[in-house]
Amino acid sequence: MRTFIVSLFLSAVLLVASHARAEGVFNPHTFTLKNGMEVVVLPNHRAPVVLHMVWYKVGSAEEPAGKSGIAHVLEHLMFKGTPKHPDGEFSTRIAEYGGQENAFTSLDYTGYYQTVASDQLDMVMELEADRMTNLVLSEEDVRTELAVVLEERNSRIETKPAARLREQSNQKLYPKDHPYGRPIIGWRDELEQLTREDALAFYKDYYAPDNAILVVAGDVTVERVKALAEQHYGPKKPSGLAPRQSLLIDAKIEGGETVLADPRVKQASWSDNIIQPSLTNGHATRVAALEILSEILGGGGTSRLYRALVIEQPLAVSVGTYYDSGQRGDGRFVFYASPLPGVELDDLKTAVYAEADKLLAAGLGQDELARVKKRMQAEAVFSRDSLKTGAWAIGGALAQGHTIEDVEKWPDRISAVTAKDVLDALKAVMDEPKRTTAKLLPQQGASQ
Amino acid sequence: MKLKWLMAVFIAVLPVQAFGVDVQRVESDKGIVAWLVEDHSNPVVAIRFAFLGGSELDPVGKKGLANLAASTMDEGAGEMDSQMFQQTLTDQSITLRFEAGYDRFSGRIKTLTENLDRSAELMNLALTQPRFDQEPVARLKSQIISGIRSSSERPGKIAYNALYQTMFDGHGYAHDSDGTVETVEAITQDDLKAFVRTRLGRENLIIGVTGDVTAEQLKVILDQAFGNLPGQPAFQHQPHTQAKVSGKLEVIERDIPQSTIVFGQAGLKRQDPDYYAVLVMNHILGGGSFTSRLYDEVREKRGLAYSVGTGNYPMALAGVLIGSAATENARVAETVDVIRTEWARMANGDITEAELTSAKNYVMGSFPLTLTSTDTIARVLVSMQINDLGLEYLDRRKTYIGAVSRDDVNRVARTLLKPDALDIIIVGRPAGIVSKP
Repeated sequence: MRTFIVSLFLSAVLLVASHARAEGVFNPHTFTLKNGMEVVVLPNHRAPVVLHMVWYKVGSAEEPAGKSGIAHVLEHLMFKGTPKHPDGEFSTRIAEYGGQENAFTSLDYTGYYQTVASDQLDMVMELEADRMTNLVLSEEDVRTELAVVLEERNSRIETKPAARLREQSNQKLYPKDHPYGRPIIGWRDELEQLTREDALAFYKDYYAPDNAILVVAGDVTVERVKALAEQHYGPKKPSGLAPRQSLLIDAKIEGGETVLADPRVKQASWSDNIIQPSLTNGHATRVAALEILSEILGGGGTSRLYRALVIEQPLAVSVGTYYDSGQRGDGRFVFYASPLPGVELDDLKTAVYAEADKLLAAGLGQDELARVKKRMQAEAVFSRDSLKTGAWAIGGALAQGHTIEDVEKWPDRISAVTAKDVLDALKAVMDEPKRTTAKLLPQQGASQ
Repeated sequence: MKLKWLMAVFIAVLPVQAFGVDVQRVESDKGIVAWLVEDHSNPVVAIRFAFLGGSELDPVGKKGLANLAASTMDEGAGEMDSQMFQQTLTDQSITLRFEAGYDRFSGRIKTLTENLDRSAELMNLALTQPRFDQEPVARLKSQIISGIRSSSERPGKIAYNALYQTMFDGHGYAHDSDGTVETVEAITQDDLKAFVRTRLGRENLIIGVTGDVTAEQLKVILDQAFGNLPGQPAFQHQPHTQAKVSGKLEVIERDIPQSTIVFGQAGLKRQDPDYYAVLVMNHILGGGSFTSRLYDEVREKRGLAYSVGTGNYPMALAGVLIGSAATENARVAETVDVIRTEWARMANGDITEAELTSAKNYVMGSFPLTLTSTDTIARVLVSMQINDLGLEYLDRRKTYIGAVSRDDVNRVARTLLKPDALDIIIVGRPAGIVSKP
């Protein structure tokens, strides 16, 4: 349904998208409108279909104190109407042509997209440009939509023990008042207090052409996109918004362990969340090495952790790692596992780190590294198989303050990584003091 | 008023775009048939296939058999043990997977063109010489059981399982494809071997292929992958059935702030002459993501739920029309009232010309938008064959939907929708609602 919250998805796409041959991954065409709006075009003529996306460089990280959830609430409200297209006509018109549409909010960006027959590009662009500056909200719209968002919070968080644990544990990973320290969907008590004025103020502050990126992928030419973009988005006045603030705050984090036991939990699980550099603040080689490290240690059924903990010992039903490299703030390296019945979470954790130690002690063979790199390169070919992948990867990269080159030249960086780089990255992960542990446990009787 | 005017304008400018995809029927030397869409723009090939007959055929006491077979057939085959098989796939970047649905046992390959031969060999090994070694079978069993346990308290899972149990008591559809902890534990290596021996034959195999391969090349691949399967599978298909509807309302108590509501009754199968009419009807009732009657009444006007919707699910042996919503416990009664009211309003057969037109336009226009990757095209090629839709279906589909009249939709709504017989399952702690058998 409408709106989803982006957390890990994008970095996974970026990872998939990022490994390719020397000529680049997606080979996008780019230009900038006079008002500062960036435009990316990815022609693909397989089907008479086009994906139109607008990304705003604003996410939950920009929310004023006490207004958590406003970025996401505004995203919902963007479908209400304008003087020219009132009463939910946005969705009605798109549906009228069989179009698919949705929107999403993350820590760092908010995005809107439609998939339509390619001769409807003009129509969706007119609608999207219109609501960039002309949104009208009634008190009634806001009241009803806040109720919807509270139900969304119920669905996503309150009824899911694992999600409640993530929310609690996250408080220990980011210092109090850090922009990443609040849930994207917002705290319930703050959500309940949000108003129409809050939404409109946030809208006015951040929705403008010079804070937006247009991405069009599919059965179009660069010339056509250029003409339409100049027609619809071109007349919008730039807001002259100041550059985004750095999110790198060197404050002390609480760290430590969060345990959530609930009678509705039937499978225990454990994760360690470790602050690591992101593409924004990290050396490019380190970031690429962390990507490779995550593949080697915890990427699927042939990874080192899976072999050791799920097949050989066995202690776990599942185990893996992931690395969030795209964020504007710090990145995050995560270990996670679910135990077999009777296995303690602490023993599982010990076994996971024993495998990491083993890799550090014995080193990484050239053959293993080469195989992982080859596999990552192949992913680039697959990533071109779908209309979406390139649009998401490039839109996300630009919205998070990275460049097209960061995406297109990633394959070169991956191939440049040495075994020593990977081990250095692992050592940094192991030694990093900014880390938290989250444990989900079954519990008989009342929930905590 | 305003809305109607707009719609009239839209109809006038509705695009007529030919789909322009050429579907070929390819038959190999050994008589294996596949439908193919060639696309040489990217060096990737996607193969999707299905053996008719899925988890609804799992024997009582061994529910979850098809699913466990799907999870273990790629865990070692021929001379290769589990890790060697998986490592080979990983190193060649070959995706090779199986999946068990109620009605089909499906498989897929996605590979770079340069590894297509190797993919076919590996698929053939998995289909004809799976090892089912003790270690991987035990490992996958424990993973499946862990998954069954984790999802056993998920409100949606509880609710859907209860609804299918109500609608298909005594039939294979009553059971979750995953099985239960006990039935999965009871499955043996012999059961898995028997599954492969009896269920996978050339006669019940349907194949769709899209991507960087020519018809001539594909003939060879088809024989490599499927040529030595047995002809006729050794099992009996189950008879057709009908979802039972009783108008029951069941509350399954859970201590959570929000209740999950699912509701359903009999729908139509794919072969039903009214299938296109029910697609259009469902879109108006609850199928449209942000435009249906239920969306308007439940979410847009009252803010009762984040998601609400319905779908007609045409299974091989029965069709069902199922919907869902989730709302805080205090507002469940109101939500159920609104749903019942909309069900009844639709059953009265009062759709407007404007609703009909926009629904038809949506159903016509949305389908081609999904055909943007080799995978999705290959999957549609399989469905087209299973449902006997013909090679020209992609071009003809618009005509079929265009022919649906307001009378058709009103008639289908009147006969299909029975507001008093709607089965409703609620998981949570809904205020002021008690179960009614």
